[in-house]
Amino acid sequence: MTTNKRLSSSPAGRIPGNVTPGGALDVSGLPSYAFGPRSLMWWGTLGVIAIEATVFAMMVATYFYLRSQAPGWPLGVQPPLLVWGTVNTLILLASVVPNHFTKHAAESHDLAGVRLGMCLCILFALAFLVVRIFEFRSLNVAWDANAYGSAVWTLLGLHTVHLVTDFADSLVLAVLMFTGPLEGRRFVDVAENAMYWDFVVFAWLPIYAVIYWAPRF
Amino acid sequence: MNAIQNALQSAGPQAAQIEQLWWLTLAVCAIAFVPTLGALLWSLWRAPRATEATPADTAIVSQPERRTRSVVVSAVVISGIGLAFLLLASVRTDHALAQLPLEDALNIQVTGHQWWWDIRYDDPDPSKIFSTANEIYIPVGRPVVITLLSDDVIHSLWVPNLHGKKDLIPGQTATMQIRADKAGTYRGQCAEFCGLQHAFMAFTVTALPAADFDAWRAAQLEPAAQPTDEKAKRGEQLFTSGSCMMCHAIQGTTANARMAPNLTHVASRRTLAAGTVANTPQNLAAWITDPQKIKPGVNMPAHHLPGGDLDALVTYLGTLK
Amino acid sequence: MTRRSQASVKRTAPAAGAAALLEQTWRDPPGLVGWLSAINHKSIGRRFIVSAFGFFVAGGLLAATMRLQLARPDNHLVGPDLYNQIFTLHGTTMMFLFAVPVMQAMAVYLVPLMIGARSTAFPRMTAYAFWMYLFGGLMIFAAFLLGMGPDAGWFSYVPLAGPDYGPGKRNDFWAQLITFTEVSGLLISIDIITTVLRLRAPGMTFARIPLFVWAMLVTAFMIIFAMPAVMLGSTMLIMDRLVSTHFFNYAEGGDVLLWQHLFWFFGHPEVYFIFIPGLGFMSAIIATFARRPVFGYPAMVMSIMATSFLAFGLWVHHMFATNVPELGKAFFTAMSMMIAVPTATQIFCWIATLATGRVNFRTPLLFVLGFFFILVIGGLTGLMLGSVPIDLQVHDTYFVVAHLHYVLIGGAVFPLFGAWYYWFPKITGRMMDERLGKWNFWLFFAGFNVAFYPMHHLGLAGMPRRVYTYPADMGWGPLNLLSTVGAVTIAVSVLLFIVNAVRSRRHGAIATDNPWGASSLEWAAASPPAAYNFLAPPVVGGREPLWEASKDVGAPTYVTGLALDVREALATTPLDARPDHRYIFPQPSIWPFVSAVATTIMFIASIFSPWAIVWGSLLVAVPVTAWFWPKRAETEKHLALEKRP
Repeated sequence: MTTNKRLSSSPAGRIPGNVTPGGALDVSGLPSYAFGPRSLMWWGTLGVIAIEATVFAMMVATYFYLRSQAPGWPLGVQPPLLVWGTVNTLILLASVVPNHFTKHAAESHDLAGVRLGMCLCILFALAFLVVRIFEFRSLNVAWDANAYGSAVWTLLGLHTVHLVTDFADSLVLAVLMFTGPLEGRRFVDVAENAMYWDFVVFAWLPIYAVIYWAPRF
Repeated sequence: MNAIQNALQSAGPQAAQIEQLWWLTLAVCAIAFVPTLGALLWSLWRAPRATEATPADTAIVSQPERRTRSVVVSAVVISGIGLAFLLLASVRTDHALAQLPLEDALNIQVTGHQWWWDIRYDDPDPSKIFSTANEIYIPVGRPVVITLLSDDVIHSLWVPNLHGKKDLIPGQTATMQIRADKAGTYRGQCAEFCGLQHAFMAFTVTALPAADFDAWRAAQLEPAAQPTDEKAKRGEQLFTSGSCMMCHAIQGTTANARMAPNLTHVASRRTLAAGTVANTPQNLAAWITDPQKIKPGVNMPAHHLPGGDLDALVTYLGTLK
Repeated sequence: MTRRSQASVKRTAPAAGAAALLEQTWRDPPGLVGWLSAINHKSIGRRFIVSAFGFFVAGGLLAATMRLQLARPDNHLVGPDLYNQIFTLHGTTMMFLFAVPVMQAMAVYLVPLMIGARSTAFPRMTAYAFWMYLFGGLMIFAAFLLGMGPDAGWFSYVPLAGPDYGPGKRNDFWAQLITFTEVSGLLISIDIITTVLRLRAPGMTFARIPLFVWAMLVTAFMIIFAMPAVMLGSTMLIMDRLVSTHFFNYAEGGDVLLWQHLFWFFGHPEVYFIFIPGLGFMSAIIATFARRPVFGYPAMVMSIMATSFLAFGLWVHHMFATNVPELGKAFFTAMSMMIAVPTATQIFCWIATLATGRVNFRTPLLFVLGFFFILVIGGLTGLMLGSVPIDLQVHDTYFVVAHLHYVLIGGAVFPLFGAWYYWFPKITGRMMDERLGKWNFWLFFAGFNVAFYPMHHLGLAGMPRRVYTYPADMGWGPLNLLSTVGAVTIAVSVLLFIVNAVRSRRHGAIATDNPWGASSLEWAAASPPAAYNFLAPPVVGGREPLWEASKDVGAPTYVTGLALDVREALATTPLDARPDHRYIFPQPSIWPFVSAVATTIMFIASIFSPWAIVWGSLLVAVPVTAWFWPKRAETEKHLALEKRP
């Protein structure tokens, strides 16, 4: 009863997308890629997001654990300046617009739209990476000053690592969209990249709250 | 003289509570183990034999196996009841451990070091505070509150005959309540891995009748004996002028450092280096000369003294009863 | 459209030609570069299993050295410094380089076959994960051989492992090993989850997934939520050590117990993601050798899930001797007791299966029966450890050493050896020797109990863990000697296994496709399977595809219409496995290997200079970009098959 025998004993019915009862399931008519949860890459990206969200959650938990053990918070230093963090939050939120524009362009196989959208996204990425430098400078504490400093630097650093990798991913993908070789599946890659971008933006909001507002309460 | 170190030979109420719970849990577990394994062996013995060619029995997939199901469900329910019982017993014992009456408690502070124990007997009257090392003495029948601190890494204080263990954590303070109801010497050792010589970080707890304990305490409160003979005097001079006093203290002399065991009454101790070797003049001389040979990694450096000086130093330390 | 019809011609090629073409499409490329470029899940799976077994033997030799040192009191075979490195590396190896990876390795090999797929979902990532694992393991053993082995225990408690009390680079190697193995473990988990959810044969609904695949799916989810804790913890540790952060420095607002929370939040679930795959092996083997499906499939699946949830509520029971609040402790005791219920449920279901089946006593079944005796003892001592008062006495003593080996060897290693005997014919095409197999089992079983049973008594008699020697007058000598005799017996039994495997691989009896008369899909493939696994991917019509006729009346029995000259397979929907789209897998590539080499350079260099993270990232970015960059020729082929959604 091996499948090998099955194949040799019953010739394949070749009606695209149709089923031959007791025989073959012909899948040649099915699409060769799909967007969103139908795509395997979507699940892979979701896995990465789950892991990284867990890391962020653990780091936030660490922050509050250290705070719960401390006599005062933020351990004798000034809370971070609000201005650059808030500016960056706005830039990150604004980047959602070109990001979703890119995603929709990808889903409708609009190559010109994808190229435009990705270029816009990369400009936004450059903007928030530059502002991020000022954020580190406005933390009012060094990483080796005390445990509070270590925690905020690590939290901001972890998120920055995500910004940098997302920037690099997008850059490589954008270049590919200009040079090729292209096939339909590359639009799926663009759509999944946009999903990851959303994660990096929305993961920032709780981190922003913890870094900039938690020390004020 | 063999100090005992055994969790199933309790010498006080705390260890006794745990020992009781242990036997109860063991009994419940045995009651679970025997029928489970019995059922397995019985099934194997009774089941018909087969080979890989035997057709598989798949009829059972479509028809419910009611009898088997009720047996399995009952087994799960019984296990659940057993577990609930064990949980109750455990919580009850835990509660009892926290209820040790503490009136008139003796307060001792133990600080863990790599790899020895600093022991300080506290008292509201500062003149009655004294320090010793590695050997704890307590009165029989009187509760003792031990405050646990650490100066370097995590250690764990464990005297199985008296109680379970409690960690000494740098930056934190913990306490442990014990009482010995039987006189005797109980051995303990560090139970949390603490580096190179974790294996030789032992101590003893000696429970003495109240009168004996008071006598011991009075003796400990005395400053070190003044040396009388010339050799011992030379030894004292070597101690207080050499590098010994950089780390050690001897009450009644100028040596008062706290980096290493307090040696005020070192000659009254049974062992050297936290239970590493017996306290004999030969071992003491060998220890001073080359501690790394006896306890590799220990913080004490080697002291290659001329023969006469070594002898004088050992003689002096031998007078510190 | 002309391109499309070309592809269609190949699809309708005769079966014999189809097999040759598929083999050519799916096999690893030839030569050394080809070997390093391999991404076939079976090649990677085999290498993974063999590497993990290698680390198991290395960890076992370390254990044997410890047993020889402890065989008599005041022994001087190894000194404290070497002993501490040995026990640290033994625990680290067995947990991070053997137990978790070997289960994932088995999954990489078996899961696609069991679900009727042709590959894991992300085969290049699988290859990268394997190389990362291997390089990490080689790094830590190289450090050990150079006298820089970690020496603060597999749990690396701070401050002992921190900058003040753990000088040198020893513990940095440890922290970095964690990064290597976590990267590997997490990537494999994503791979397995996507494989199971999206590549199952049509008709293999959630209710028809084999129990082993369930176990691996649940394990992968657990890893995703548990491993980040230790990864973050080890990053904090190495930052405290290298760039003077203060996470664990209480003098600057840090906290010593923070490490323990992070470590055990991972460390306790870890026991279960070693144990749950073992349960999967048990179910697969018991069904085959009892000649019937496992009793209570829904209960089995629910139990695995319950175990995985409860496993996250146990971590504090490693910290009962610290200052955690009393009420918290009672909660963790309750959880520790509760987790016994799903395990007991599974044990009862298996006994019911054996009781109502017809039993075929072969070596795989023997190892599974060993599980019952050993794991049940280990589980019961686990209940004792879950109780706060008893734990305060036996925590960090040899009682715990006995307990954890009863659980891990009984619960995971015995089923694993059974699994090796069981799937060896599938992997190699030859049967293992039964007589040697039975000797292997009985020596292992007897040796194990002689080695570890006495440790229960030693722990109660006051012997702490992690001591390099003990004074003669403690009276621990005789039982320790007995334990060493048992350890030597285990070593002999493992040697017999190696002899058996090596000999059987060349001279064993030729295995048929389904030598044990089993039910799951991997036994429908050839032994050993062709590069493409199934000539025509199967359609599943029941829970026991090789034992019963399809329950879906009028349903097809196999899939057709997939390309033969491109790595194409069918992706199905996550829940009910309906055909969704044709998924094109990547070609073999050297870049995952090169990327792993670059990542290894970055990780090791960062032990010596934090700047290595910066230039190392650039070094890694190059091969990773090359890995991602599509090839024009392949794109052409894909375009020929392309059909928009």
